[in-house]
Amino acid sequence: MDKAIYLDHASTTPTDPEVVEAMLPWFSEEFGNPSTVYSLGLTAAGAVQEARESIAGMIGAEADEIYFTSGGTESDNWAITGAADALQKKGRHLITSTIEHHAILETMEHLEKRGCEVTRVPVDSGGLVDPEDVRKAIRPDTILVSIMHGNNEVGTIEPIAEIGKVTGEAGVLFHSDVVQTAGKMPLDVNELGIDMLSMSAHKFYGPKGVGLMYMRKRTRISPLFHGGAQERGRRAGTLNVPGIVGMAKALELCRERMAEDAAREAALRDRLWAGLSNNIEAIYLNGSMEHRLPNNLNVRLDGIEGESMILMLDMEGICVSSGSACTTGSLEPSHVLLGLGIPQELAHGSLRVTLGRSTTAEHIDHFVNVFVPIVARLREMSPIWCTNCVCKQKDG
Amino acid sequence: MYSELVMEHFRNPRNMGVIEDADGVGEVGNPQCGDMMRITIKVKDDTLDDIKFQTLGCGAAVATSSMVTEMAKGKKLDDAVEITNKAVAEALGGLPPAKMHCSNLAADGLQAAIKDYHEREAAKVG
Repeated sequence: MDKAIYLDHASTTPTDPEVVEAMLPWFSEEFGNPSTVYSLGLTAAGAVQEARESIAGMIGAEADEIYFTSGGTESDNWAITGAADALQKKGRHLITSTIEHHAILETMEHLEKRGCEVTRVPVDSGGLVDPEDVRKAIRPDTILVSIMHGNNEVGTIEPIAEIGKVTGEAGVLFHSDVVQTAGKMPLDVNELGIDMLSMSAHKFYGPKGVGLMYMRKRTRISPLFHGGAQERGRRAGTLNVPGIVGMAKALELCRERMAEDAAREAALRDRLWAGLSNNIEAIYLNGSMEHRLPNNLNVRLDGIEGESMILMLDMEGICVSSGSACTTGSLEPSHVLLGLGIPQELAHGSLRVTLGRSTTAEHIDHFVNVFVPIVARLREMSPIWCTNCVCKQKDG
Repeated sequence: MYSELVMEHFRNPRNMGVIEDADGVGEVGNPQCGDMMRITIKVKDDTLDDIKFQTLGCGAAVATSSMVTEMAKGKKLDDAVEITNKAVAEALGGLPPAKMHCSNLAADGLQAAIKDYHEREAAKVG
């Protein structure tokens, strides 16, 4: 293998060449500002509208329920702070889960400092939220429930339709971060009962720096950005025309090949798990295999720390992620793994492998071949491997 | 993120392993923080005749462990015990700021091993 093997598709994906091609005319030739009234601007506005209609059609929405943003983080921030601001007369209570993306959790913490109350519903060992917990957490002053569709670390697919039913009955706004599932699973905002959702193009082979928020008609939230009439006065800022065109193209390509990609990646993921679990002792699956994104594998290994695995794999030209503290610059390991009930010392030894379109069976087999000796070496180096694992196993 | 020297020590750690009949053992850190190391030493004529480490942790934890063994080996105990975590980090050409506290504990491990040696010696005399 002389080329790098990229197995971190939950982090970002390469922009599809067809997407790049679709974007190119909108940089230097058709560069008009879609908010202007002359024909150069109108051409750009037309391209944006076409993208808007295409994307809306793919998620069961109306075109004017789509708001283009800079990505998932902005959409998440906007949904939460916008709802909290606009609905403060109704209440100041919000509900989320313990394993959301930081863009949700830290925005919630920000609101707590400003007097809001937040309930974080727990998840089971597979990472699943129980819709009953959401129902029980709803109070008369609850203004928003935000539960992600697919978890970015362990790939758990949450029971969004059931949660949407609960929020619908209670008359509470329901936001879902679908950043990890968009392009990978069919999404219909009406079937799922979602009022708002966040999406990011670079997670599905589109460009970075562009995303969207779907907002159901008559949803009342305050703007995050001020200073322009774009997006029906709700999201100021010149539209990222090439990005928007690219995002629509990327989602169209995903839809065409969704079933095929999912089946292929799930088969390769299962091959990977079989290869690892058959050749390495004391390796465990994080999360649920049943309710899981097809391209996600997250494992933990006794006696090893995550960053050292990543560095050693990088030396072999393999890109993966970890739930270890060392990769985030904090002392705490991943809140998602802790949320699943995994003890701190084991969470540090976790590895996330996320497959994508370029992944082949050859890549997977190569990964296993390279990873097995890395694990052996790191365990040889580890002061807790012998005492905590092997000896204990022998004794027991 | 890491200096070339840190990566070099991570790739080729010096003195990795355990001295079975060690004269002193030092353990610092804990697995909950994700970083833990064990230093074993062999002492001859008040000098570190041999030193080995085992480390659970990130690249910085491994590199600092490797570096401290290299710095300490062959030194008089009184000199070796003066090696600080900061000196180890400097010898490696610096560490990322986030790593200075969580993963820079190799000198502490060495000091613990030397302390353990002195305690064992004192016990023998007593």
